[in-house]
Amino acid sequence: MPAAPLPPAIAVTGLACGYDGRAVLTDLTFAVAPGEIFFIIGGSGCGKSTLLRHLVGLRPPQAGTVEFFGQPFSPHDPAAQRARLQTFGVLYQGGALWSSLTLRQNVALPLEEYTPLSQAEIREVVALKLSQVGLTGFEDYYPSEISGGMRKRAGLARALALDPAIVFLDEPSAGLDPITSRRLDELLLQIRELFGTTLVVVSHELDSIFRLADRVILLDRGAQGIIAAGPPRALVAGSRDPRVTEFLQREAPPQ
Amino acid sequence: MPVSPAAPRARVSALAVDGVLEVSLAGTWKITEPRPSWREVRGTLDPARVRLRVDQVEQWDSSLLLFLFGVQQWCRATGAHCDPDALPEKIRRLLAQLASSHETSVPFDRTENFLITVGRATQDVLVKARAISHFVGECVLSAGRLVRRPGAFRWHDCLVEMQQCGAMALPIVGLISFLVGVTLAYTGALVLRQYGGDIFVADLIGLAMVREMGAMLTGVVLAGRTGAAFAATLGNMQANEEIDALETLGIPAVNFLVLPRLLALGVMLPLLALYADACGILGGMAVSRGLLAISPTAYWIELQTIVSLSDVLVGVIKAVAFGLIVGLAGCLRGLQAERSAAGVGQAATSAVVTAILFIIVADAVFAVLFNIVGL
Repeated sequence: MPAAPLPPAIAVTGLACGYDGRAVLTDLTFAVAPGEIFFIIGGSGCGKSTLLRHLVGLRPPQAGTVEFFGQPFSPHDPAAQRARLQTFGVLYQGGALWSSLTLRQNVALPLEEYTPLSQAEIREVVALKLSQVGLTGFEDYYPSEISGGMRKRAGLARALALDPAIVFLDEPSAGLDPITSRRLDELLLQIRELFGTTLVVVSHELDSIFRLADRVILLDRGAQGIIAAGPPRALVAGSRDPRVTEFLQREAPPQ
Repeated sequence: MPVSPAAPRARVSALAVDGVLEVSLAGTWKITEPRPSWREVRGTLDPARVRLRVDQVEQWDSSLLLFLFGVQQWCRATGAHCDPDALPEKIRRLLAQLASSHETSVPFDRTENFLITVGRATQDVLVKARAISHFVGECVLSAGRLVRRPGAFRWHDCLVEMQQCGAMALPIVGLISFLVGVTLAYTGALVLRQYGGDIFVADLIGLAMVREMGAMLTGVVLAGRTGAAFAATLGNMQANEEIDALETLGIPAVNFLVLPRLLALGVMLPLLALYADACGILGGMAVSRGLLAISPTAYWIELQTIVSLSDVLVGVIKAVAFGLIVGLAGCLRGLQAERSAAGVGQAATSAVVTAILFIIVADAVFAVLFNIVGL
């Protein structure tokens, strides 16, 4: 490792997000360190998913900049954009698996597109990724033949296919039973431990927040921005803002 | 971690000492970058022991694992001893995972033998035939309810559908039938001119449009335009569990979704067919005027001598039937759609195919029937 301080994995400066000229969030500034598990939390409709869509470049920012490892995300430079996208993995809310492809083909597609691997090697990587999410034996199933939780895990396997430096997860544990959800959390911790992956998670599951998050930002609909930032337990202990304590203490698990 | 342009590539060096091949990996191993192959590293060496070292590796991901796994596999195949002790704990754990997933990943065989396939297909035909008759039966029952309790019918939905499949289809139906009229006139003129019977072009176009082409054209256009839309809409609703939500509320999907659409098509398709007749006749009139020098008045008078109201009735009856066929095919395929994006696409395709097939079959049946009753 070079001794120079690493740039943050994600640096967001003055970002304004919204649709069709209507701002949902304004003037967001935050940074995510490499290897950090960073949660974007907040009540329904506060713009969590909107922010995520802006971070991954699905929507152009209305103002401000987003930088990844010190390099700006530029929608106007397709080659740079493509290179940048290789360092991302995104897990969408419903898994967003391609329904006409089997799980194996779903996970293999990014590998076929971006790597020089042979078919046999791709099979090995796919088998490994699927076994990491506990889906060994389901390689040749279609997404419609497996359950919602399995689809989500398969979506995670696809997001991890290229060993991305940053993985974005949109409500990873929504719709999962507590046990599956806990397993998923453990899996995320394991991935961070093994590969030093930066995880950006959109969620409002308190359990996961307290189990995983190194730091959180709490978004608020009324404020159209961040009303609190920091490690979750420090926020519970130290914040005087009733909105923050109310959100985080609904059922804060005992330490 | 990002790979800066100056990042060292993945490198491997092998050093053979007393039959032990010491393989040292170095540099940055990214799955998106090329990596050395074990075959080249090994060259002609045939070591009895292989010791793996990764101390010099700066960054790594699955690419490194694949290389190490390849070495392990080779060792296992040749009986060489592979010494992974120098590897960090993390990598050994991942290698173990890779090995176990390699062994347990068994392809799921979807091939079936010929007899089973034929049997399944036969069963499938029976099931589908039953589904169609069941569905038609439900529609008839639902229509009975409409007659008994017209107040409970979704008139507003029906009007919206009528606008969608009727008024919005005017331009495309008009254009196509006008052009068909033009084509028919040209083709007819080729033959009729040889006998000096130019004026009979009017008869040809009048009868062909009113009895056959008007209804058929409109049916086919609406099968593509409206039938597919019905199938896609209902298929999507099926995928979203909206149909299930209706059923659990005790509202049959047929009453709520299918009948308004059927009625809309049953009413609008004959109207559109009449409009298509008119456009086709106009197209023929334009060609007759330009090519054959038959004045519009002469064309119209000739047309009236041959086309009677019963011919128009024949066209309209067919159009009603085609409308119901398009609506039934679209709704049935939509309700049968698999709950996936691909399912919705297949539903739309098969709705169009089914509708056109049944339109042609029904047309033939009508030809025989009308011949018997003398219409």
